[in-house]
Amino acid sequence: MPTPNEFEISRRNLLVGTVTSVAIGASHGANAQNAASRSHAPAQGMPATAKVSFSVNGEVRALELDTRTTLLDALREHLHLTGTKKGCDHGQCGACTVIVGGQRVNSCLTLAVMHEGDSVTTIEGLGTPEHMHPMQTAFVTHDGFQCGYCTPGQICSAVAVLDEIKAGIPSHVTGDLTIAPQLTNAELRERMSGNICRCGAYSNIAEAITEVAGRPA
Amino acid sequence: MKSFTYEKANSPAAAAAAAAGSSNARFIAGGTNLLDLMKLEIETPSHLIDVNGLAFDKIEPTQEGGLRIGALVRNTALAADERIRRDYGLLSRALLSGASGQLRNKATTAGNLLQRTRCPYFYDTNQPCNKRTPGSGCAAIGGVTRQHAVLGSSESCIATHPSDMAIAMRALDATVETVRPDGTTRAIPIADLHRLPGETPHIETTLSAGELITSVTLPKPVGGTHIYRKVRDRASYAFALVSVGAIVQRDGTGRVAVGGVAHKPWRVEAAEAEMPRGAKAVATRLLDGARPTRDNSFKLALVERTLAAVLSEAKG
Ligand SMILES: Cc1cc2nc3c(=O)[nH]c(=O)nc-3n(C[C@H](O)[C@H](O)[C@H](O)COP(=O)(O)OP(=O)(O)OC[C@H]3O[C@@H](n4cnc5c(N)ncnc54)[C@H](O)[C@@H]3O)c2cc1C
Ligand code: SF4
Ligand code: FES
Ligand code: FES
Repeated sequence: MPTPNEFEISRRNLLVGTVTSVAIGASHGANAQNAASRSHAPAQGMPATAKVSFSVNGEVRALELDTRTTLLDALREHLHLTGTKKGCDHGQCGACTVIVGGQRVNSCLTLAVMHEGDSVTTIEGLGTPEHMHPMQTAFVTHDGFQCGYCTPGQICSAVAVLDEIKAGIPSHVTGDLTIAPQLTNAELRERMSGNICRCGAYSNIAEAITEVAGRPA
Repeated sequence: MKSFTYEKANSPAAAAAAAAGSSNARFIAGGTNLLDLMKLEIETPSHLIDVNGLAFDKIEPTQEGGLRIGALVRNTALAADERIRRDYGLLSRALLSGASGQLRNKATTAGNLLQRTRCPYFYDTNQPCNKRTPGSGCAAIGGVTRQHAVLGSSESCIATHPSDMAIAMRALDATVETVRPDGTTRAIPIADLHRLPGETPHIETTLSAGELITSVTLPKPVGGTHIYRKVRDRASYAFALVSVGAIVQRDGTGRVAVGGVAHKPWRVEAAEAEMPRGAKAVATRLLDGARPTRDNSFKLALVERTLAAVLSEAKG
């Protein structure tokens, strides 16, 4: 175990590391041209940084980041979009699920600098308290959460799952691979297995998704 | 995580050359295995070469009547491809049994083949591990070994290869195509890609430094019933304890590869010859020379029973 002192030191190092990252709002075109496909050679003892710009919830964001920054940390710590949650930070829980280019991914297991030009949708982009996405409304209606920590990831995942079924992507429980997958409870549950809920709100989550999918549970 | 410099490769040869030019560089594709290990400082590259910009994202017919799968084709896209679902159902099934929807959207064909073991001692940097730190010893031997290998293990390492997709690729006789830093290309039969641990468990494949996988090809379809059966601790989103990938023809002949038992996909031709005689006969040959531990000897019975389930499912 590190002593409290060691903790202090590593926290300070961490702060030094983040000073180099600045969020600048700018037009995408201009940034795409400047965007380095290579990080800056770091000064002695300093972490390497790189520029990247991608759109988040429809708004272009340009950042200069420590190359180690995950998409999750870029969203939360640099863009202050804290709706996306950090659970395990290792791809094991799904709390960090966001939609990139129409596909759900674990934002903790991808580097921000690898997303030049991408378009990212987070829970904040799906809907607002005043104008909720139908999936957000359904989670409220069906009590699809208890503590709510896994919920943003569940909702982003659920929205993408319905698109995946529409696109005909099969799953582990799809019976016949040569025909389009059906919208069954078993299909929804299998497809949502990458989102763990510590509170065990699963049955209500499945009901919420089923309602949006337009089928009785 | 250790600091690293980053570049996006714009040609395969440039990527391979960049990797060879830096003593501690790694390619990054989906990042779902590499970043996990970098966070734990099990992997500590000083330079990352992002290969996602390379044009290896297609599945195309080969002249031989098979398919060429680009190294960057995502696991979701591969599993959902109509030709794969129709003619290589085993591959779709194996892919869909692995990880989660989110992870499969990122994970690539090459990255999946090259993912590293899930041995818990490999993941715990406080433990000795010959794979992580050559020569430090193996904490698994004499430890908790429920997940570990029963075949092909050594005094240095008893880890398994965790990929489901690789089991299907092995049964389908896939070939891995690569480019080396000097620009030369080669084709490696999947059987020769992964190595047994021997005394050098840190050397996991026969790829050389900087060698880049460009595609994986499948020979022309062989027909038959395709089944992938994975036995695990929960119904989804878990690695296999044991898995069986099989192609069974009407006359009962076929192919079978087994996962969760060794440092590489396990396939024994003499065992396949026993398929018409049933699971026990196949298992006896397949598990010949097995060296289970007290914790994982259940895998021997589990392989036989999973085989029996697969063969009976194939009969319909
Ligand atoms: C929670 C969790 C559960 C999982 N469950 C399963 C499971 O049940 N079954 C299963 O099979 N897998 C499972 N996985 C593993 C997953 O399948 C792998 O992480 C994924 O396939 C790796 O692909 P990638 O493209 O992300 O690889 P990366 O992480 O990008 O790379 C992996 C390795 O391959 C190298 N590499 C990548 N591309 C190339 C190339 N073109 N040429 C040469 N080298 C290359 C990299 O340098 C690196 O060493 C799980 C992962 C997680 C996090
Ligand atoms: S089994 Fe292999 S990977 Fe696991 S601790 Fe031993 S040497 Fe390391
Ligand atoms: S925080 Fe990303 S999967 Fe858990
Ligand atoms: S609602 Fe608490 S973790 Fe899911």
